[in-house]
Amino acid sequence: MKAEGFWEKTVRHVTEALERALVAEGLASRPGLLQGLDPRAKVLTILLLIVSVALLHSLPLLIAFAFLPVALSSLSRISPAFFLKRVGLFVPLFTGIVALPALFTTPGRPLFTLWEGVAITEQGSRAAFTLVLRSWDTLSLAVLLVLTTRWDHLLRSLRVLMVPRAFVLVLQMTHRYIYIFLRSINSMFIARRSRTVGPQPAGESRRFLASSMATILARSHHMSQEVYLAMQSRGFRGDVMVMEHFALRKRDAFWAVMAGLLAAAAIVADRLLT
Amino acid sequence: MKARVVPLIALFSAFAFALQMFNVPLPGGTTGHAVGATLLAIVLGPWGAVVGLSVVFLLQALFFGDGGILAYGANVFNMAIVMPLAGYGLYRILVSVFPRRPATAAAIASYIAIILAALFAAMELGLQPLLFHAADGTPLYAPYALKIALPAMLVPHLLVAGPIEALVTGLVVAFLLRTKMPLGVMPQPRPLRLRWLWAGLGLVALLTPIGLLASGTAWGEWGGEDLQEMLGFVPRGLEKLGGVWRAPFSDYSLPGMGPVPGYIASAVVGMGVLALLSFLVLRASRRRG
Repeated sequence: MKAEGFWEKTVRHVTEALERALVAEGLASRPGLLQGLDPRAKVLTILLLIVSVALLHSLPLLIAFAFLPVALSSLSRISPAFFLKRVGLFVPLFTGIVALPALFTTPGRPLFTLWEGVAITEQGSRAAFTLVLRSWDTLSLAVLLVLTTRWDHLLRSLRVLMVPRAFVLVLQMTHRYIYIFLRSINSMFIARRSRTVGPQPAGESRRFLASSMATILARSHHMSQEVYLAMQSRGFRGDVMVMEHFALRKRDAFWAVMAGLLAAAAIVADRLLT
Repeated sequence: MKARVVPLIALFSAFAFALQMFNVPLPGGTTGHAVGATLLAIVLGPWGAVVGLSVVFLLQALFFGDGGILAYGANVFNMAIVMPLAGYGLYRILVSVFPRRPATAAAIASYIAIILAALFAAMELGLQPLLFHAADGTPLYAPYALKIALPAMLVPHLLVAGPIEALVTGLVVAFLLRTKMPLGVMPQPRPLRLRWLWAGLGLVALLTPIGLLASGTAWGEWGGEDLQEMLGFVPRGLEKLGGVWRAPFSDYSLPGMGPVPGYIASAVVGMGVLALLSFLVLRASRRRG
């Protein structure tokens, strides 16, 4: 079979993104531990945990923190296999490749000499492992937050981080229209592909790409005007009204205290260990 | 922010997100995607592009989990501030010099802007091992020093990401112009006066002798004599190659001139050569188009 061309690649990426969003929406509405928490409490505590993990230097602590999101995910009715696949495909592929040369390039005590002048150093391996573990820990926490929170709740709760209201509104609208554009890209590509016989000259492919990009651009301009008119006719004056309101409950407070204690304990333990 | 602007930025951000899903084939079989920062800045205006791209990168960090939450600030600085502003500024300058080649100007501007963004990212990464390392030299955060981070970031951007960005920006701008779609949908800054460009360039040229105040040579720009002084010997390969190229203005000075006027004259001649090269590239593209 021929290697995947840019047609198939684009269609695959777009379909994967759409599928991902559907799956995440399903997971976020399951009755689990994290799904039951107030999104604002979740955003603040997960961010606190991410920051404290980024401050850790001790390898044993970083390893211990790698298990926390997996445990939390199974308490939130997300199968550990699914969760590990989501995070585990990414970290070795990206951070792992980035970290690999650091084994050799970091000057220090040689641990294992491959050949004359090329050795894995102690400092290098420690730096590489710290990098990979730290990105695993922070990424899995972030993935956990995204998988257990509905998108509109997640974006709205950014307000607790002092994100301006207009910015949150733009985020929500962008998120909504991304799906519409992704679906039109998929239709355009599949429609064109099914009408194409034989190989395409490269110039022709580029012209098709440019015209479909520009079509989406023109459509976004046109739609922004229509959306604005629709907003105006529904009484939009620049203020955002929401129907649902968040309410903090006892379990949110309990969760926040536990997360705070965990973060503080980790930082203190790290200072003692290193 | 005016109410009118909210759907405009939102829809164009969704466009930028969608744009990054397109795989663009390059000659040789590689594919990649564009960032679209310069394109967005040309269409939406520089400030709209800064907000719009910040939205895109936040959604990407959350959506794919690949942007990194803690790196969001750095990503926004490189790709949502430096890149659209540099791309937009360069585009305006090039368009006022060559008003009949906007698509080529957009492509060149976007190429330089993405290289600049990569340069900033490389410097941010490369400074980390210098700033944060343990007592025994173990890097605590990013492990690569500048001498690795710079080529690792710049070479792929010069060869792959840059051409893709230029191709996409140039082709889409050409398409928009051909179909008479509006460029610059948000209020744009006043047209750039060329006078200010020349004044700025002149100022930069006049300021070049400031470098004379610093002692020593620019890092990495050592010649044979500097290395002799620093290392006590000249590497043999360098000694051999050192004589191959004699710069027309060696040490930025002109024969029969003092160091300060010599520097200024070198700057003016250097700028002239670069301007001539750009002019020739634009001329060549005009003839073919």
